[in-house]
Amino acid sequence: MVKKFLQNLFKKLKFNPFGRRSHIKLGLYGPPNGGKSTLANRICQDWLGEEMSSVSHIAHETREIMIKEQVNIKNKKGKELTFSLVDTPGIATRIDYEDFLKRGMKKTQAKKRAKEATKGVIDSIKWLDNMDAVIVVLDSTKDPYSQVNITIIGNLQARDIPVLLVANKIDLKRSNIEVIESAFPQYSVVGVSAKYGKQIEDFYESVFKLVK
Amino acid sequence: MVTFRFIPYHEIQPLSSAKRINKLLKIVKDESIVVMEGRLKREEEVDLIEITMEEISPKFKGIELSVVYPDKKDQSNMQRVRGAFANVLLGDRTGLTIIGPASVVKKIEKNPNKIELFMNDNSPRYRKKSARKKK
Repeated sequence: MVKKFLQNLFKKLKFNPFGRRSHIKLGLYGPPNGGKSTLANRICQDWLGEEMSSVSHIAHETREIMIKEQVNIKNKKGKELTFSLVDTPGIATRIDYEDFLKRGMKKTQAKKRAKEATKGVIDSIKWLDNMDAVIVVLDSTKDPYSQVNITIIGNLQARDIPVLLVANKIDLKRSNIEVIESAFPQYSVVGVSAKYGKQIEDFYESVFKLVK
Repeated sequence: MVTFRFIPYHEIQPLSSAKRINKLLKIVKDESIVVMEGRLKREEEVDLIEITMEEISPKFKGIELSVVYPDKKDQSNMQRVRGAFANVLLGDRTGLTIIGPASVVKKIEKNPNKIELFMNDNSPRYRKKSARKKK
C-alpha cells in the first residue's frame, strides 16, 4: 500500500525509482473492433517481425490481456524507445451472446465467447492503473461520441496517464478524423490504417512524443 | 411500453459509490430506463461498466449509457467559478445521465447536445405486448 502510494506520488512528479524507463507499459485501449489487435500486429511486424494477436471481424476476438515485452522502435533521428506493448480486450457496456449466434457461431461457443468477453472487459479496466501511457484506438468510420470512449478517456485523464488517440481505418471511404478531433480537442489524434500501414510513420513519431 | 425512472440528485447524493451503482443497476435490471439528474464520478462510470460486466447473463445483456453535460468552453470565467462553488456545496448536479437496459435500448446517440434513443423491437416488453395482442 505504501509502495503504491509512493508510486502514485512519483508518477505525479514524473519520477519512478521502481522501474526503469525501458519498462514502459504502453496500452492499447478502445471499444471492440476498433483495430487494437491489428495495430498491435502492425507494430510487432514492423519491429519484431512477428504477429502478436489474432484478429477477426467478429467483436471480442481479444478476450485476454496480451503482452509483448521489449518492443524496440526507432525514429528517423535514430532515437530509440523500448516498451512493453499491452493489447487489451475492447471495452463495452453490453455483451449479448445472441450477437455471436448471428455471426454463425454455435450456441455453446457463443455463450462461452460472451462469458470470456465480459471477463476481458473487467481485466481491461483493472489494468488501467498499470499503464504508463495509453493509445486509444478508435474506428474513424464510427461515431466517436459513445459514452464508452468518453469514460475511458476521462478515466485516463483522471489517472494522469498520457493519451494518444488513433483514428484507425483511414483507408475506408467513411473515415472521418475531423469528428474525432472535434470530440476530443485536448488530445493529439493521428490517423492510420493499421491494416495497410498507411501513415504508420506519423503514428510512430506520435508514440515518441507520447512517451518522451 | 417503455418505463423511464427519474432519479433526482438528492436521491443518490448521500449514497456511497457502490450503493449508487447498485441502485441504478437494480432499476435498469428491472427493464426501466434511468434518467438521472447530474452525473456519476469518472471512476464510478468505469465501476458501473465493471459491475455490469460481472452481472451479464443470458437474461441481462448489459446497459446503454449516455451522459449529456454542458460544454464549459462557452462559459465565462465568472460562471465557471460560480459553478465550481455550487458543485462543492451541492454536488455536481449539472448534466443528465441516461442508462437503459441493452434488452430495451438498442443504442443511444449523442450529438453532442441532442440524445436519441433507439429501441429494440424485440425487447421482452415488446414481445409480451405483441403476444397479448395476438390472443
